[in-house]
Amino acid sequence: MTTTETAPMVVPDFGDEDEGRKMAFVCSKGTLDMAYPALIMASGALEQGVETHIFFTFWGMDMINKKTMDDLKFTPVGNTATHMPMALTPLPGMTAMATSRMRKQLQELDIPDVPAFLTHLSDMGCHLWACKMSVDMFDLERDDMMDELDGILNVSDFIELIEGAQTMFI
Amino acid sequence: MPTTAIADKEIQVDAEGFMTEYDEWDEDLARVLASNIGIGELTEVHWSVINFLRADYVERGETPTLRRVSTTGGIPTKELFVLFPKKPARKMAYVAGLPKPVGCI
Repeated sequence: MTTTETAPMVVPDFGDEDEGRKMAFVCSKGTLDMAYPALIMASGALEQGVETHIFFTFWGMDMINKKTMDDLKFTPVGNTATHMPMALTPLPGMTAMATSRMRKQLQELDIPDVPAFLTHLSDMGCHLWACKMSVDMFDLERDDMMDELDGILNVSDFIELIEGAQTMFI
Repeated sequence: MPTTAIADKEIQVDAEGFMTEYDEWDEDLARVLASNIGIGELTEVHWSVINFLRADYVERGETPTLRRVSTTGGIPTKELFVLFPKKPARKMAYVAGLPKPVGCI
C-alpha cells in the first residue's frame, strides 16, 4: 500500500440519473455464431441500465421461432475464420460437427443456449420484437414464436420506437 | 489505493469506491454502502443475495454475474432488478464489498 491518508468517502457513480440512453439490435441472421453477438451485447447494455430493444427480421426469425430456436447451426462452409481447407467444409457431417463443438465451447463458458438466453434478457427487461414482414413472409402465427416476445412490429413502428437509440445491425 | 472511513472504520477502496479487502467488510458496513447508493433498508432477500455473492466469491475467486446469481443462487433476475435497481450486477457487488463482476453474462 503506497497511500496512507484517509480520503473522503468515494461512492461509485451508477448513473441513476442518466435517463434516455437506448440501444437497439437488429438480428437478421439465423446461424448459431451470428445469434450470440446481439444477445451478449444486449445483456451488457441491460446490466448498464440501458433501455434495450431487439428486432428479429428475416433469418433472425429462427432465433425466436419455437421450431428452430433450439436448433440453430454453425457452418464452416465459406467461413475462412475456421482455418479449415475450404474444399473440406461442405463434406457431410461437417456442419453438425462444427455446431456441436461450438455448443460445447459455449457450455463450458456457462453461456446459456439461445432460448434460455432470450428468456434471461426478457427477465432483465429487454424488449423483443418480431418483424411484421418476416412474420408474413414465413407464414408465422404469434403462437409459433417464443412467449416472451413483446409483439410484432412493422419497420416504421420499430423506427419510431427506437428514436435516439444506438443501433446495431447483425 | 485510497483508504476511506465508513461507519467509523478505515477501509481500502478502489478509485471508484468499491472495497478491495474482502475481510474488511461486515454487515454494518453493508448497510452504509447500501444507503450510499439509495437502497434504504436491506431486506432478507437482499441479505440472501449478498451472502450468496460473498460465498461464491470465496469459492470461485470472482464476483458472480447476474445470471449466476439467478441460476446458482436461486434469486430470479427480475427480482434482482427490483432489489438493486437499474444496475444490479454492480450495485450488489458494491454492497457485498466485492469487485465489479468481470464475466459478460
